[in-house]
Amino acid sequence: MATTDIHIHQDVHHHDDHGHEHDEHHEGNFWTTYIFSLDHKIIAKQFLITGIFWALLGGTLSVIFRLQLGFPDMNLDWLKPVLGEWITPEGKLDPEFYLALVTMHGTIMVFFVLTAGLSGTFSNFLIPLQIGARDMASGFMNMLSYWFFFLSSVVMFVSLFLETGPAGGGWTIYPPLSALPQAIKGSGMGMTLWLVAMALFIVSSLLGSINYITTVINMRTRGMSFTRMPLTIWAFFFTAIIGILSFPVLFAAALLLIFDRSFGTSFYLSDIYIGGEALAHDGGSPILFQHLFWFLGHPEVYIVLLPALGLSSEIIATNSRKPIFGYKAMIGSMLFIAILSFIVWAHHMFVTGMNPFLGSIFMLLTLIIAVPSAVKIFNYVTTLWKGNIVFTPAMLFSIGLVSFFLTGGITGIFLGNSAIDIQLHDTYFVVAHFHLVMGSASFFGMLAGIYHWFPKMFGRMMNETLGQVHFWITFVGVYLVFFPMHYIGIAGFPRRYYSWTNFETFSGFADLNMLVSVAAILTLAAQFIFLFNFFYSIWRGRLAPLNPWNSNTLEWTTPRKPGHGNWVGEIPSVYRWPYDYSKPGAKEDFIPQHIPFSETPESNLPHENELIKLETSNGEGAIIIEGNKH
Amino acid sequence: MMSLIIFLGVALVLAILFMIFRISTLVGIAKGKKEGYVGANNGVHGTLFIIFMVVGLVAFFWYSYAHFDEYTLPIASEHGKETDKLFWITMAVTVIAFAIISIVMFVFIYQYRYNPARKAKFFPDNHILELTWTIIPAIVLAVLIFTGLRTWNEITAPASKDAEVIEIIAQQFAWTARYPSKDKELGKVNYKLIDAVNEFGLDLSDKNSYDDFKSLELHFPVDEEILLKIRAKDVLHSVFLPHFRVKMDAVPGMPTQFKFKATKTTEEMRIETGNPNFNYELACTEICGKGHFSMRMPVIVEDRESYDRWKASQEAWLKQNPDYLKNVPAQLKEAAMIKAGLQKDPGAGVAAVTE
Repeated sequence: MATTDIHIHQDVHHHDDHGHEHDEHHEGNFWTTYIFSLDHKIIAKQFLITGIFWALLGGTLSVIFRLQLGFPDMNLDWLKPVLGEWITPEGKLDPEFYLALVTMHGTIMVFFVLTAGLSGTFSNFLIPLQIGARDMASGFMNMLSYWFFFLSSVVMFVSLFLETGPAGGGWTIYPPLSALPQAIKGSGMGMTLWLVAMALFIVSSLLGSINYITTVINMRTRGMSFTRMPLTIWAFFFTAIIGILSFPVLFAAALLLIFDRSFGTSFYLSDIYIGGEALAHDGGSPILFQHLFWFLGHPEVYIVLLPALGLSSEIIATNSRKPIFGYKAMIGSMLFIAILSFIVWAHHMFVTGMNPFLGSIFMLLTLIIAVPSAVKIFNYVTTLWKGNIVFTPAMLFSIGLVSFFLTGGITGIFLGNSAIDIQLHDTYFVVAHFHLVMGSASFFGMLAGIYHWFPKMFGRMMNETLGQVHFWITFVGVYLVFFPMHYIGIAGFPRRYYSWTNFETFSGFADLNMLVSVAAILTLAAQFIFLFNFFYSIWRGRLAPLNPWNSNTLEWTTPRKPGHGNWVGEIPSVYRWPYDYSKPGAKEDFIPQHIPFSETPESNLPHENELIKLETSNGEGAIIIEGNKH
Repeated sequence: MMSLIIFLGVALVLAILFMIFRISTLVGIAKGKKEGYVGANNGVHGTLFIIFMVVGLVAFFWYSYAHFDEYTLPIASEHGKETDKLFWITMAVTVIAFAIISIVMFVFIYQYRYNPARKAKFFPDNHILELTWTIIPAIVLAVLIFTGLRTWNEITAPASKDAEVIEIIAQQFAWTARYPSKDKELGKVNYKLIDAVNEFGLDLSDKNSYDDFKSLELHFPVDEEILLKIRAKDVLHSVFLPHFRVKMDAVPGMPTQFKFKATKTTEEMRIETGNPNFNYELACTEICGKGHFSMRMPVIVEDRESYDRWKASQEAWLKQNPDYLKNVPAQLKEAAMIKAGLQKDPGAGVAAVTE
């Protein structure tokens, strides 16, 4: 299987990079260092802190509506100081505000936390550090990307305080509900701000993605061929490509919706009689919006999930002290998932009245995506096999991710089957499915990433025991929240219901709903352990060693707190793949990527010994070896 | 009192967490860097994962078994039997896969927890293994896909010509049904004709509309093919008949439909469930605004005879709203009056007299 082909680059840009390194350090003032920073590490932290803020808010919103669902008779007057008029005089949550809560919870979690907070943080932080680059391809665009996100956040945040409330038509904002202020209060100013915020968000996301792709393609250090990139970088790379191809479609969908709302066009509206009048809109199709929305919406799932899978691949390999099993299969399955993610969108629409034949095609394509997903799970499990597993908090959260990915992924086989989906569509079964496979799994990936790379971000260690306590409460909590929802969903309970008491069919499960709500409250409370640990450790944590997890990747060759430009002196060259853990014959159980084969004769495989010859021609130019080494 | 207990509980938990934090910090300082990065309590987590797995799986199987009747709805339609069969086949396949993978994973996690005396196995890839677990899921999924496709195609196939046609109209926040009555043809509608009384937007120049009647309950006969014609007046809604495994969106500007055959009358279901107050229901499953959760329509399934009786007892919409006769074209007025039951069919009268 060893097909090795060697290119010797007379490369210009690398040479350039390595030439300027001493000019890269320049001190700025507070504003240029921490606020309008061009440094990828600072921008990553900005994304992270903003993401944490949104995660807390999004989590709190969910707990408020879980109070309603778990304790329908509870008097919520005590929330009046915060929610004001949204608590009715009887001490109940306003049903329209309930929908706004659900909508904002979804929007915040999907876009602001798991897209910007996850991908924004780790793509920015890790791409330059792991491929050996001084910074992103364009620091300025990178800064713009954050500030567009910030602006978008401000607009979305402001919408929460409108008298008519924020958008309330569900995070999928299906028109006509989202287009007609007379249909729901949230479709007034709240929806306008939602659309503005999303437009800004898309700009931010595109600026970021272009940067990530350019950086990965152009700025890898000597020897960092594509087949030597850590899986994190592969994941960010695919994520960025998916983002670039799909977010513009959401932009188009939003733009047409803006036209329909404000300029009287009829892209999505037709045959509507509401509020005592027949509207003039004619000839539009609400289904068109759904196609456009899910053309982003489905790839979005993978935009959220792939970075988490990338992070956990790296963490699981490191903490199992083993190479990730099937490196190429992992890349291949990510690529396959990325491609398939564009041609499965209509499985969200089996019962919208779409042509049933289209339903058959999308069912076929959707279920195919289970194959690469299954491969990933098997590869994770095999990586654990005969490992030497260290349960750092990051590792615990990565294991949690794999568990959620399995539990949540498997229910996708039900929902992807259009015949079964008839009954399950828009019930709590769907809620359980996507919260586990995409929400919780990605959230755990994000937490794993924070615990793992915190030492590199802030130069200090987080408290390990608190991290482990945080994990166990959250892990059990998430299962208690989402697992019971499967039963509720099989029983047919529809989602986005303020209460079920109007229906005899849905009169049961008060006990399970209460359990879910209690678990949700505890899980949210456990996040404060994390918050304390996070902020305390930034300033007071134990000083981090240079390579606290005995990891192979390049970021651990930088100083404890890398400055602008990341490496003092020359950027290290890369000689091997990032997963030489527990290599037979090696002195230690890890060999970092920048150690040449010539220094490790005791552990080299036969074909690696041959590569030693090429390592000596170092001064002339980069040597990039592409091909399978194992 | 209750809030005091809660307050004390929270304070206690916080104190415990703080103690854990202090102790672990102090232990960390005392140990220094000697131990490397592997914590002293590393093995504990392996054990915890095993406990979690055992408790989790036992709870899952126990609850699924003990509460089976609570979370499964009885099936009352022909195609529902098929989709439920598919559901349970998929359930069997996935639960087996889920249980095996979970057990294997957590056992590995426990078994291969860190041990300084051991070195991990360098095992970067194995093509046979990878091929195996690509092909096996692919085959299993192919089988599921093809059985699913067959069922889906049967469900969505065109309805037969003599299916009982009933129209369901969704609006914020109520359902209305329209029956074609004797002529078995629904009259034309146009949303621009909708007003406070003419909720359907009935086009009274179409003679099929004269005997259409409105109902706030959905009645249909058992063991006959029903074709629900579904439309929405304002925003998206979705028709959900949980016991019949029927779900289809109601889309403004795009009529949709769903055909099915009920297998049990309301009475039969009351006997089967042992609940004398059992009622079928229709719910909305597409977010449609403030009253989304209250969009309920009672559903009554009966045998042909009582269904016909019920139908005969319903008055045509035009009969209930004779003011709208003015919208009927002059040459059709008499036919409209007769069809709507506003006046006796003179022809029938003559026939009766001559008999």
